[in-house]
Amino acid sequence: MSDLKQHKDAAKSHEEHLREKHLMLDPLPRGKMNEMVMEAMMAPPTWKWWLVFTLLAGFVVWGLFYKWGVLITKGQGEAGVMRPDYWGIFLVNTVFWIGISHAGTFISAILRVFRSEFRRPFTRAAELMTTFGLVQAGFSIFMHMGRVWLAYWLMPYPNQRMLWPNLHSPLTWDLLAITTYVLGSTMYLFLPLIPDMAMARDRSTGWRKTFYKILALGFRGTEGEWTHLRNAMNIFAFAIIPVMFSVHTIVSWDFAAATRPGWNSTIFGPYFVIGALHSGMGAAIAVLAVIRGTMKNMKYFIRPEHFDAVGKLMLIISMGWTYFFFNDYMVQWYGGDKWTRQLLHFHEAGPLGWLWFVMLISNIAIPWAILWNQKWRSTPWLVATVGIIINVGMWIERYVIIPISVTINRMPFTWRMYTPGIEIPMGLGTVALFILLYMIASKLIPLIPVWEVQEGQMAHAFKKFGRETVVTVSELE
Amino acid sequence: MIRPEEIKMSEEETGKWGMVINQDLCTGCQACVAACAMENNISFVGEVDSGYGRSMHWIRIERFWEGEYPEVKMTPQQPMLCQQCGHANCEPVCPAYATVHSQAEKLNLQVYNRCVGTRYCANNCPYQVRAFNWRDYKRPEPLPNQLNPDVTVRRMGVMEKCTFCIQRIHKAQDVAKSEGREVYDGEFTTACAQACPANAIVFGRVDHPESLVSQLARKGHGIKHLEELGTYPQITYFKEG
Repeated sequence: MSDLKQHKDAAKSHEEHLREKHLMLDPLPRGKMNEMVMEAMMAPPTWKWWLVFTLLAGFVVWGLFYKWGVLITKGQGEAGVMRPDYWGIFLVNTVFWIGISHAGTFISAILRVFRSEFRRPFTRAAELMTTFGLVQAGFSIFMHMGRVWLAYWLMPYPNQRMLWPNLHSPLTWDLLAITTYVLGSTMYLFLPLIPDMAMARDRSTGWRKTFYKILALGFRGTEGEWTHLRNAMNIFAFAIIPVMFSVHTIVSWDFAAATRPGWNSTIFGPYFVIGALHSGMGAAIAVLAVIRGTMKNMKYFIRPEHFDAVGKLMLIISMGWTYFFFNDYMVQWYGGDKWTRQLLHFHEAGPLGWLWFVMLISNIAIPWAILWNQKWRSTPWLVATVGIIINVGMWIERYVIIPISVTINRMPFTWRMYTPGIEIPMGLGTVALFILLYMIASKLIPLIPVWEVQEGQMAHAFKKFGRETVVTVSELE
Repeated sequence: MIRPEEIKMSEEETGKWGMVINQDLCTGCQACVAACAMENNISFVGEVDSGYGRSMHWIRIERFWEGEYPEVKMTPQQPMLCQQCGHANCEPVCPAYATVHSQAEKLNLQVYNRCVGTRYCANNCPYQVRAFNWRDYKRPEPLPNQLNPDVTVRRMGVMEKCTFCIQRIHKAQDVAKSEGREVYDGEFTTACAQACPANAIVFGRVDHPESLVSQLARKGHGIKHLEELGTYPQITYFKEG
């Protein structure tokens, strides 16, 4: 008899333990949960928030807009670009931000398609990263153009002289792919937002009510509406995955389709995709840690289990990146082309060779050393730090691929090292704008998709099989 | 076995205008560089920008040496300019069709007013001979008076490059047409060839087997730079022989 009691106690404590650990097994009443999210969103900004906001906004105005004005009026000579480094940090930042925006859709679409339950509380934050990252990528690519006021010439629009963009050019493919990605990911962000907008509409007053009313599109939560919404989200989740892969593959073709040593590599497509996921997952986890640390009630929604799960993904992606990096390097080196050999030697032993080693340490050594351990992986600040280090490493990777690689070409007379100029404040300006957009979004839309969490919690239950308590998940959709 | 006369040349291979550059004759005097700048209204970028790799010359004299100091051996000077490739790397990558192939002249053209400044063409040019207008460079008085009225003055943010002095080609063709004849070989030449005191640069029709440039090019030991990339350059270089 006492055996049974002991077992029951053990089962109970086991259940408690699971509840504490997993958000899906720790349900709260729906009203309470809605309130928690509303409270986090509506909380009046503190002085700290305003301080950070003012500093960032000031930096965006100075670093991004004022400096951009200088660049437009005085020309690209203000930047560090020259012959042979015609492409500099602006393109590094473009590739970097598109990479960041990747993981948002990855987390959200792939994990939604695979029904990974841990994704539920942070799909919104990740999707926002896609949209906000693409804004920065757009800024960066336009900064790069010599005559940006004529950028609309790259769009296929009807005109009297029948001038069209050149479809042979990888830049045109790029423009089309990124435009598709912007539109697709914005709609994919908006669809799961509708039920939360309706939730917020029913719980707010004043201008907020009008704002949410417009965005909720009259959503009431009837069975028919849910069916339509689920179908639409399902279509978008499946459709956005090939778009996501194609976008970064096409970004890599800007380089791989060119006739330059170090760029002309057939592995660049998948190498860039995995690199994008690598930096994007790192950025996503850093964003999650900040949300958890700074916003109210978020410790309930974002738990160590999420850092653990994303940490595992980061580790696997880091291994994948290592494989592709090695593959790219090995095959190029084995090719034996004399310029490529020069270039690879320049990467690791040139004046900026230390950057190459920093890249390897932050992309491989640090993630592998920390993320293998479940306890460390479940420590939010540690995983977020690793995420930021990975992003530094991935930025350096793009820096090695663009300005460092174009230093070496087939005309040794023109070899020259690149020194960045106005790119630095403008690049930091995009970082500031990215954070600023998140800060504004945190006050306007629920960063946690409440309905998705509630749906998950409804699907999860404890069931008894004999003496054993087991977790069951039912199919709701 | 295929006999040489059976080999058909592809459209890219058959150029129209071409050059022969004899590096053994070149003294590195830079007269061609100066003449080109005058003829084609090239901006003077100043000391600072020039020192930072932003000089905009359409032709440059490359100097190399072999060996380690003090056993240094100078190699012949190498004038480098746009090779007017038959199959040019710069052309397909421009998203705006600002760099295109002329069907009539078989030259690579740069359409200045269509250029939006992505600089992809310059990046993809294996010869690194394209020049970008990094700024609006000022021409102090009285320099504007020597601008060539036959050539566009380019502004900030556009790419430019050697045109084989297309304004001279057109002028000669117009004169010949009005006189009802073909352009003679040697009737006109490019600014660089005209200025070269050593006659190291010879310009003419490479599609006429009897033109001077074709005869020189046939001499047998000429090379074309980076031919292995399949660019079909129109300039033949001679050195050490």
